[in-house]
Amino acid sequence: MRTWEFIVRRLLLLIPVLIGVTIITFTVSHVIPADPARAFAGGPKAQPDVIERITKELHLNEPVWIQYFYYLNDLIHFNLGRSYLESRPVTDSLAQYFPATLELTIFAMLIAIPLGIVGGIISAIRRNKLSDHITRIIAIVGYSLPIFWLALMLQYVFAYQFPILPLEGRLAIGMNAPTSITGLYVLDSILSGNLATLASALYHLIMPSFTLGFATLALILRMTRSSMLEVMGMDYIRTGRAKGLSERTVIYKHALRNALIPTITVTGLSFGGLLGGAVLTETIFNWPGMGRFAASAVLGFDFNSVMGFTIVVAIIYVIANLIVDVLYAVVDPRVRLGGG
Amino acid sequence: MKILDDFLKKHESRIKDLRFMAHLFRKSLLSMIGLILILILIIVALFAPFIASQHPSYVRVSTEQGTTVIEERWDINYNEKLLPPSVKHFFGTDDYGRDIFSMVVYGSQTSFRICIIVVAISTIIGMFLGGIAGYYGGVIDEVLMRVTDVFLAIPYLILAMAVAAALGRSIDHIMEAMIIVWWPTYARLIRGQVLSVREQQFVEAARSVGASNPRILFRHIFPNSFAPLLVEITLDLGAVLLTAAGLSFIGLGASPGTAEWGLMISSGRIHMFHAWWYVTFPGLAILLVVLGFNLLGDGLRDVTDPKLRR
Repeated sequence: MRTWEFIVRRLLLLIPVLIGVTIITFTVSHVIPADPARAFAGGPKAQPDVIERITKELHLNEPVWIQYFYYLNDLIHFNLGRSYLESRPVTDSLAQYFPATLELTIFAMLIAIPLGIVGGIISAIRRNKLSDHITRIIAIVGYSLPIFWLALMLQYVFAYQFPILPLEGRLAIGMNAPTSITGLYVLDSILSGNLATLASALYHLIMPSFTLGFATLALILRMTRSSMLEVMGMDYIRTGRAKGLSERTVIYKHALRNALIPTITVTGLSFGGLLGGAVLTETIFNWPGMGRFAASAVLGFDFNSVMGFTIVVAIIYVIANLIVDVLYAVVDPRVRLGGG
Repeated sequence: MKILDDFLKKHESRIKDLRFMAHLFRKSLLSMIGLILILILIIVALFAPFIASQHPSYVRVSTEQGTTVIEERWDINYNEKLLPPSVKHFFGTDDYGRDIFSMVVYGSQTSFRICIIVVAISTIIGMFLGGIAGYYGGVIDEVLMRVTDVFLAIPYLILAMAVAAALGRSIDHIMEAMIIVWWPTYARLIRGQVLSVREQQFVEAARSVGASNPRILFRHIFPNSFAPLLVEITLDLGAVLLTAAGLSFIGLGASPGTAEWGLMISSGRIHMFHAWWYVTFPGLAILLVVLGFNLLGDGLRDVTDPKLRR
């Protein structure tokens, strides 16, 4: 199978998964609540006339499967309903908040992936030495830490006790956002040549992206270490050494390339964890992203927004995993040849 | 003692194996730390009334006709609001003057209950569906696997959040939401195990002497899937606790005033800069318990997986 064939097949497989995802989100929003109309109308404090209007709008009096088709129809037209808290379409809110989340997630990955891989390699090469023990402890603590607590502790130490980092937000107070081109402040400020904004944006990214990336860092660290150790025991590594290759060549050319394959998978899967973690991280660092929006929607009984956020995140996650799968096929021919 | 002797003889190789595993487990410092942390959790949860100096429900806030009524109890002292850690209050006091140490101790019960119930029910659902799918194969298997694919295609914290939001705020709803999110993992694990064991000779043998399907599943296949299942369960107990705490922190869980670690951190957040102990200790409790489950799970995996034993 050629790579493009693999991609096409993978794309076709996407369709049933996406349909399944919509069935789940539909069930969660229309079937699980005791009174869906009231939930959509704003929860306990909903007005009777609003409930009535929403019942009509969402066809909540019709049989469930008809409701589902109306739901799908809305989704196809990017209609996620109105946000009760922000009095505008949910899609508008999500579109506004998406770049902030994307930027945060990218930086979390930028911290987690290189540190995780380098740490994992060092740990594997220096097995059972002090540096190995330290990295292993970091790894195991990393995925046992409640992310929201880590965020609060970091804030306490680095923004209050030793105020070297900003407490919250994306930019210094009073600073204007760079001209919006991509919505990513770092990229926008580079594109518009605004160095002061760039510095402030990066400065504000340090704590949140470290918090968000830490669990992923731990995961990658662990995965790289164990797959490195496994690969290092393979025959071809022994052959490499026996024929007199330098340890460097053996490790970086032969071992690492093969050891990184499971790391790619883990990275793709951890993306879902990042999106979930973003809800908590953004709330604490007052980061104006989709996660903070969703968390405040949960508290404010803004049901449309919670459900809209859920479906959008699910779609992002599905697509992210598709990209990882394709990458995987490019890196490892065994996947697309259907052998491995 | 004949029965015992017979039993020992019959299971000699099993017992030897278990002894060897226990030996390996004891040799690993990290695994032992994990075991000790979890034993501490169990002891604290069981003996909470004897360890804590206060009962957490001694303060109850209720809203009646627009005014807030606070039930006062004898050992709550409102003058002792937000006191730093001391000999009297090991972990300090919260904004109602409650002893945080006692809250953390009682919180272990809540956490323990959430973890056990969520993981137990998810495991049962997973064993049932995964067992059927793996054993019968065919269309049933295909359908179930596609269903689990879809569940796993949504980030679990977010799906749990959506379900909990749909159900309404309470600890029970958080648990229900997490069961909905967690069962597919077990269904897949069990199915994989069943598939790998199904074709082995001892199953073939059982079938040839006329054992019924449920008997084969329960007597032959499930016991042989026990080790990986145990590892998964142990690791998941930690993951469930983290997720539940996260959902509580957002505000989906227990009602204010309950002794629940995630909720305590959430209510302590506004006092963080003048009362660091309020958020610090419940968080440490979560960290240590999750760490305990993870270390224990890793340790169990290391000793039960023959590939890792070398």
